[in-house]
Amino acid sequence: MTAIDTHPTVRQNPFDPPAELAKYRADEPVRRMRYPDGHVGWLVTSHALARKLLADQRFSARSEFKRAPVSRPGADPFYGAPALPGWLVDMDAPEHTRLRQQLAGKFTARRMREMRPQIERIVEDLLDAMAERGGPLDLVESFALPVPSLMICELLGVPYSERAEFQRNSEILFSLNATAAEASEAMDRLYGFLRGLAASGSTRTADGLLAMLADDGTLDAEEIAGVGVLLLTAGHESTSSSLSLSTLALLAHPEQLALLREDPSITDNAVEELLRYLSVFHFGVPRTPLEDVEFEGHLFRTGESITVSIPAANRDPGWFEDPDRLDFTRKTAGHMAFGFGIHQCLGQNLVRMEMRTALPMLFRRFPTLALAVPPEEVPLATDMSVYGVHRLPVTW
Amino acid sequence: MHLSIEPDACVGSGQCALAVPEIFDQDDEDGTVVLLDEQPPQDLHEAVHEAAGLCPVQAILVAAADDTAR
Ligand code: HEM
Ligand code: SF4
Repeated sequence: MTAIDTHPTVRQNPFDPPAELAKYRADEPVRRMRYPDGHVGWLVTSHALARKLLADQRFSARSEFKRAPVSRPGADPFYGAPALPGWLVDMDAPEHTRLRQQLAGKFTARRMREMRPQIERIVEDLLDAMAERGGPLDLVESFALPVPSLMICELLGVPYSERAEFQRNSEILFSLNATAAEASEAMDRLYGFLRGLAASGSTRTADGLLAMLADDGTLDAEEIAGVGVLLLTAGHESTSSSLSLSTLALLAHPEQLALLREDPSITDNAVEELLRYLSVFHFGVPRTPLEDVEFEGHLFRTGESITVSIPAANRDPGWFEDPDRLDFTRKTAGHMAFGFGIHQCLGQNLVRMEMRTALPMLFRRFPTLALAVPPEEVPLATDMSVYGVHRLPVTW
Repeated sequence: MHLSIEPDACVGSGQCALAVPEIFDQDDEDGTVVLLDEQPPQDLHEAVHEAAGLCPVQAILVAAADDTAR
């Protein structure tokens, strides 16, 4: 018997996923994989099978069975606990269905399109501040993090007067330097704060998604606060990483940047291509069969952890021609950056609007934008659950 | 082309409504797809096919015009 591999983590360059994934996909798109706690489960790497598996509801998303494929400091790879109230990403139908229906009405394509003026205003203000401060500066801190963080405030309905406090707590929550105790206190404060926003009638401070959910009356206060924290957690690093990595990718591919400048009508497709190419959910999504399931000639036994690799599916030559090339003119339909099946990203159209708005505005305002350090000195977040850069020093 | 939808399967991802707003909208209450035109005009056929392929739960069913009799 050959040794069973763990999930690869070492990248050969900032943009391509670890080379092993391509080899696995070609040789054995469903293969055994060893998890950090020794458990032997499965890794799925082809586009066709990733799609098929995520569309099959025999594979559960319940957190009590989930395992992370790569260990992170301080976190147990085996989640082992049931979903927190409101955390639909960790639930199956029908519990998932009930929450998803409540939320999807607040995230319709129409509503997200209508958020464009707010996004433009937020981006404009941040660009003004950057211009005033002058380069070099860290684009993550000055731009990529505040865009999603201010947008989530708009969406949830955090009043202006309380945004600084809200931001401070979410910064601690996502900071690498915060201790576990600091992070947990920040989480408690956010929960308390979100409960306040969701409170009914005159006790609440603003109108936004949480207030609308409270008025609908279907979810209880704990669920609504949980939804708030889930949206914050799911949307913060993922969007921020997508903005900073997209900028890095554009600077590294000047011919693609030129295409985008010459023809703004390709912006929407360019954003889809960046999402595909970057695949920031680089450790994939977890699923578990709750019964023995025959899948493509393999027997997945009850409780065996499965990782569906998003980067591998998004670089599958069986679906995308010349998949390792960043190409804004390619057909991007079917990319899996937002997953597939019933859990497909709820925030996807918000992200699309943010990227479609923020990236062109950034390059229009600073046409000479460039890295302020050699590319190999950009610190990559290869061990974080969302791939990205820790800092992106730029100048213009 | 004849379009139909399975509202019970829809999870309100909004991909169809973002891609082809002339044909797909979403309910404000639960985000479920709303079909605006069962017989999309010729110039939208390709876009509608693509939207059906994007749907993460295959809730959009496209039939050629001549199968609608069934
Ligand atoms: C580029 C940014 C983003 C990426 C790449 C991304 C990716 C994903 C993926 C892959 C999933 C599926 C997880 C699974 O199947 O287990 C997901 C689910 C989810 N995402 Fe996102 N996401 C992004 C931004 C956002 C934002 C901005 C929000 C909210 C404001 C959000 C909210 C959610 C929620 C609530 C779910 C769970 C949906 C469900 O279980 O039905 N995401 N996302
Ligand atoms: S793409 Fe599918 S799941 Fe998404 S809104 Fe349209 S019909 Fe519903």
